[in-house]
Amino acid sequence: MTLELLQGSVAITRAALAADCKFFAGYPMSPFTPLLEAMSREMADASGVCINAESEIEGANMALGASAAGFRAATGSCGQGIALMQETIAEAALNETPLVVFNMARNQQDYYQCTRGGGWGDYRTITLAPKDITEAVEHTQLLFHLADKHRAPVILYGDDLLAKTLVGVDVAPLDLPELPAKDWALDGSASGTGSSRQVWTFAMGKKNDPGPGPDGQWRRVAAKFAEIEQVEARHETVHAEDAETLVVAFGSAAKFAEYVVEELREEGHRVGLFRPITLWPFPGAALAEATRGVERVLVFELNAGQMIDDVRQWAHDRDTIRFIGGVSIDESGLAFGPLLDAPVIRERILAEHAEHAEPAAAVPTARS
Amino acid sequence: MATTDITIDTRTAPPPPASKAAAGAPSLILGEHSLCPGCGEPVALRLLLETLQDLDVVHRSIGVVGHGCYGSFVRIMDVDVLQCLHGRAPSCATGIKRMRPDSVVFTLQGDGDMVNEGLQEILHSAARGENITCILLNNGVFGDTGGQQTATTVLGQRTKTSLEGRNAEQHGYPIPIADMVASLQGSGYVARGAVSTPAAVAKTKRMIKRAVQSQLDGNGLSLVEILTMCPTGWFVPAAEGADYQGSSMEPVYPIGELKSPEPQTQEAVHA
Repeated sequence: MTLELLQGSVAITRAALAADCKFFAGYPMSPFTPLLEAMSREMADASGVCINAESEIEGANMALGASAAGFRAATGSCGQGIALMQETIAEAALNETPLVVFNMARNQQDYYQCTRGGGWGDYRTITLAPKDITEAVEHTQLLFHLADKHRAPVILYGDDLLAKTLVGVDVAPLDLPELPAKDWALDGSASGTGSSRQVWTFAMGKKNDPGPGPDGQWRRVAAKFAEIEQVEARHETVHAEDAETLVVAFGSAAKFAEYVVEELREEGHRVGLFRPITLWPFPGAALAEATRGVERVLVFELNAGQMIDDVRQWAHDRDTIRFIGGVSIDESGLAFGPLLDAPVIRERILAEHAEHAEPAAAVPTARS
Repeated sequence: MATTDITIDTRTAPPPPASKAAAGAPSLILGEHSLCPGCGEPVALRLLLETLQDLDVVHRSIGVVGHGCYGSFVRIMDVDVLQCLHGRAPSCATGIKRMRPDSVVFTLQGDGDMVNEGLQEILHSAARGENITCILLNNGVFGDTGGQQTATTVLGQRTKTSLEGRNAEQHGYPIPIADMVASLQGSGYVARGAVSTPAAVAKTKRMIKRAVQSQLDGNGLSLVEILTMCPTGWFVPAAEGADYQGSSMEPVYPIGELKSPEPQTQEAVHA
């Protein structure tokens, strides 16, 4: 493995190109901008197209068009810009067009936006939240695969750290299963044959070949997302098996929480971490299992409490849940504030943990 | 492969006119439309589909259709089609054409779709010089929702949201979108036609043909604005649609070519 020193946005761009992404359109917005710039620089050499769109709405629809034509396509922004794209994301879900959306978010306040969505209709968006750039490189490739596999919009939940940090990284192509050819994609070849294709949310089909119509189509799409919920949930646990206190965190916050958990373990505290890798589908069954033997569940997220709704829904005992996160934004309003720091997280975990538990003798540690 | 060529055979009696007209329907139409009597939109669709056949580009044609009465055409046109969000057709068409530069990509939009909801998309796509053909079906009213004011409703026109007629003081002025697109460097061909008389139909077909040819020649965005009768939305009897259009819309939206790669004489356009 050869590591190359790359900015996170460049690493993610290279990962997208490794996944055969051929189209990107976006509108500058911090901290998404470096990803757009990297795509703009690197896409031409990969015989792809990158358009500096005139609005998020246009960018998302351009990507939808490119994808409907059968090519891997993506767009991106951060919270406010993704808000403008919600109509298109819902449309892609309901007319079943694959679409990868990079949310290089300013903080963790977009959890609801990613997992509940702001569009209309019965749809969901698979959302992967990498904890660092190495994982973001894998997730980017996986997302293009999942978007095609399920013919659905998917989201990478990034942030300022993932967009801008320079790290040594190896953008190795992931070995993913081959997917069926996109026989639904529009290339014009079926025009005039009597069996021309149609991509349409209402799915009424052609006069000579009626489709399922809105009722049939939207039932089918809803059933598809119910199935995805069963098979695509991903999570990671650290020292969870014998933990008295289990911290739940995602994305960069989980990376910091993991560091603190390791530190506390070395000091003999029975503390563990549960990290949802997919925010939707939320790894609920795994969380229920992981929280079975714990005395308290501490939710650390950099917002006023959004993921905690999912934790409450799935934790073994709701009465054990405490919120130790909070809104924390830097002075610019564009990146994380002082709460994303190991000493602060450590203090908040210990405030709950030490109140009830005495430091135990050091126990062998294992990661699952 | 012109579909309108008629060979006159003097040895047998001529067929009844109606059957001749029926036989002339382009084979890309899969069935009857479901729009109101007197509507101009099906005529415009027919001209567009005939043009794809005339230029022999059917097997590489992709349509992007917006939201309005004409949205139902996605059921009867034998063309690969993306039915997209209201107003966004030029953006979706941009993505398709950039990925498939050898295809012929057209949008089908109404005035509510293109000039209200999608004004930004059409102008930016034209400014970028996207090599697509946009067909605007302009009837100056939201037909699909029952006759409300759009951005192209002419002054004095009665709609359900301007019951006493559109007046500038209260509702502002109509937008001449074709003129705006023609003023942008990225557009290659812009024309305004109508389907209210046989002469207008013939002329508009030539405009569509030149617009698609402009795309084939790589001249940037081409736009044909077609004034289409909407007697239902205009609250006039079906048979009076053409007259109403002539007296109310055409003075505001004059018929003719606004921009052409090689300027044609008036005779050529009328030829």
